[in-house]
Amino acid sequence: MKTLKKKESFASRLLSSDGAVSILVVIMGFLVGTVLVALVGRNPLNMYKAILQSLTGYNIDNGKMNVRYIGETLNYTVPFVLCGLSMAFAARAGLFNIGGEGQYIVGLTVAQVIALLGPQVKGLHWILAILGAILIGALWGGVVGLLKAKFEVSEVVSTIMLNYVALYLSRIVCLQLPGATTYKTANYPETALLNNALFQKLTNNSMLNNGFFLMVISLIVYWFIMEKTNLGFGLRATGFNKEAARCSGIPVVKSISISMAIAGAFAGLAGGIVALGSFRYGRVLAGMDNYGFNGIAVALVGNNTAIGTMLAGFLFGMLKNAQALMQGKQIPKEITFIIQGLIVVFIALRSAIALYLDWLNKRQLQKEVISK
Amino acid sequence: MEYAIEMKGITKTFPGVVANDNVDLQVAPQEVHALLGENGAGKSTLMSILFGAYNADSGTIKINGQEVNIKDPNVATELGIGMVHQHFKLVHNYTVTENIVLGLEPTNKFGLLNIGVAEKRVAELSQQYGLQVDPKALIENITVGAQQRVEILKTLYRNANMIIFDEPTAVLTPQEIDELMEIIRRLKAEGKTVVLITHKLKEIKAVADRCTVLRRGKYIGTVDVDSVTEQELAEMMVGRAVQFEIEKAPPNIGETILSVRNLSVADHTGQMKVKDFSIDVHKGEIVGIAGVDGNGQSELLYGLCGLLPVAEGRIFLDREDITNTSIRHRIEAGLGHIPEDRQRHGLISNFTISENCVLKNYYKAPYSNRYGLLDQSKMLENSDSLIEQFDIRAGQGSLTPAGSLSGGNQQKTIVAREINLSPHLLLVAQPTRGLDVGAIEYIRKRLLEERDKGRAILLISFELDEIMNLCDRIATISKGQIVGIFNQGEVTEREIGMMMAGSKHDGETG
Repeated sequence: MKTLKKKESFASRLLSSDGAVSILVVIMGFLVGTVLVALVGRNPLNMYKAILQSLTGYNIDNGKMNVRYIGETLNYTVPFVLCGLSMAFAARAGLFNIGGEGQYIVGLTVAQVIALLGPQVKGLHWILAILGAILIGALWGGVVGLLKAKFEVSEVVSTIMLNYVALYLSRIVCLQLPGATTYKTANYPETALLNNALFQKLTNNSMLNNGFFLMVISLIVYWFIMEKTNLGFGLRATGFNKEAARCSGIPVVKSISISMAIAGAFAGLAGGIVALGSFRYGRVLAGMDNYGFNGIAVALVGNNTAIGTMLAGFLFGMLKNAQALMQGKQIPKEITFIIQGLIVVFIALRSAIALYLDWLNKRQLQKEVISK
Repeated sequence: MEYAIEMKGITKTFPGVVANDNVDLQVAPQEVHALLGENGAGKSTLMSILFGAYNADSGTIKINGQEVNIKDPNVATELGIGMVHQHFKLVHNYTVTENIVLGLEPTNKFGLLNIGVAEKRVAELSQQYGLQVDPKALIENITVGAQQRVEILKTLYRNANMIIFDEPTAVLTPQEIDELMEIIRRLKAEGKTVVLITHKLKEIKAVADRCTVLRRGKYIGTVDVDSVTEQELAEMMVGRAVQFEIEKAPPNIGETILSVRNLSVADHTGQMKVKDFSIDVHKGEIVGIAGVDGNGQSELLYGLCGLLPVAEGRIFLDREDITNTSIRHRIEAGLGHIPEDRQRHGLISNFTISENCVLKNYYKAPYSNRYGLLDQSKMLENSDSLIEQFDIRAGQGSLTPAGSLSGGNQQKTIVAREINLSPHLLLVAQPTRGLDVGAIEYIRKRLLEERDKGRAILLISFELDEIMNLCDRIATISKGQIVGIFNQGEVTEREIGMMMAGSKHDGETG
């Protein structure tokens, strides 16, 4: 009877641990991805070589080391993590923020506007641009929260629609900026750039920039608000059980508006960082960058926790950086999208996996009881 | 002797729980056999195995002496076993007959539905067993008691010889309970075997011949009902002596705390569920609202605590008009609430006990400082002390998620939180629903203690026993209106039952 109990607790522990499920799901995603690569007649080993190189900078094929790849991976990680936090923050309060993309775009747009038109004061200019991005993101998300809280407008619908409003509004605005062509504006003044000389030196001139610090601060802020403040307590209560929260006097309307605003601020910050960190000129967007949408997957894999979102964002950043390397090794870069997609599908299958384990467990128990 | 139903050595495990551990049940033909046990004792599991909804891990079942393998409910039906579920399985916009024949629709030679034949058969059956229903009425238009009769007819239509009733009286008024007892006697007289799952001792004494008691999945014993007292049955069920009647000092009534004037409240669909409702609750008394489920009790409570807006009328708490104030304001003004639905309104199941215990005051000192930072250690101190005071049984102490607690301990957690806030007025709804005897005893005692400390308590319950036992004044509600208000002892249970059904009390004006 004792061994029986042990087995039970192992299976249930595996299931009850969100982290374990996420890791399992990522491994499954990679396994299926590996099989797919092999099926199309390519060597899956090359895929892992590319991933290793984006992770460590070490190229197995020629034995050369280039730390720039590490810097690029980290730089790609930043918007994934921030958009993941955006989704996660709303999710903790029980909301589904599909509007990360729109909030990202308005953040990017305002950062570009301030970068090109703002006061060119060293040390102040980029901070102003980033603050503008955060504010407009918070506004863009907060409006959705207010509509939801006051008039019960579904945040899913309103955020999806606002994504398009953001995209086309961004085009209209950016086309008016100095030196605008159909796809880019004039170069930013030096004072608007986020680049960090130390990072560039360390990582062999990668694009890694001050945005990385902002991401780390955001992660800490996220964790701190959620776990340490009474604001976070109210938000989490609302997210878990809105009715009970309301019945306990927690101002649910306020909670919803605030959480969408903070969620928007994270995504807006991501837009600002990409605008000023990864480019030297403003872009007139023709389509979406998809960081906002990928943030949904990042938050799902990361179970809406700060540390989980960081790791999941890093995984996505690494895959994104590995894309070019894969193509160099005859692996279609689309395999990274497939792996990302599979991970999301497997996450969604989580309850099915749970049911299956439950069933196995039950059968095991029945056998033992009968044999007894 | 050959038993109608004989279950031997039944064992059934669910992941982590042994629901039935080597349980025996022997039901003689044409007897009314009660199956008694607290919530979670394994009664329903045992009957689900008999009815084929679950398969036992081990053990044998004999029906009329033949060993059988009941692998699904269809086999049970063929063997003549019928079940009347606690939650009726009826299609609301179908007629009585259509519900009864569902799955066995009589057809003519062209394969077309022939409902007339069925209606005749239903009428015959209801005549034979004294089950009065109109075969052509729609389910949604008949009373709960009549719906239950339809469920019984369903089993009879399928030629059931053995009928299992799962907690049949939970949804009925006292009069309907009496009628049901009469029906069960009639079924027995007509040669049927009845198994009655219940935790109500009165019903067992009223109608059952023998009684099998289960406790925590184990078989405790089978007794002749006539040879034991209610007290003895309760002890078998709980495993220790139980105190039935609560010792209650006369109330020490003080000033008015809650004053409700001409209150009307509409539910979410806009239907006016509470109409022109007025009541006062004073310091040091428990006022009970007796009524059948769905007569506006929930909406009254929601209106008082702020979950639903007030359509008309005024609510005063300590002379302050709180009619249109926020929920938080009402809580701060001294309104405590032990909600009817503890999963939905009372607790956040993913939160720990510690977090649940400060759900209403987490934003204030000592749990939050003026910068809005939470003090976890203060929260833990608070819940540790409440766990101790209220005897909450939790595996991981203060850090146990509320969702993993048993119903009784969840309720104790809510009661602890609300009492800890020292409210002036405590709204209490169905405080003991679904709890075991021990927890019921405890919670009732606690409520009386609060009364004696000078709190005003408004209690809503569908269990008339509870109202009669606890309350100093009793108001009856029907269709959202007060039918009458009485002091404890002025009316009998029977009279209250009549009023719950809507008829005015004699001599009562307005």
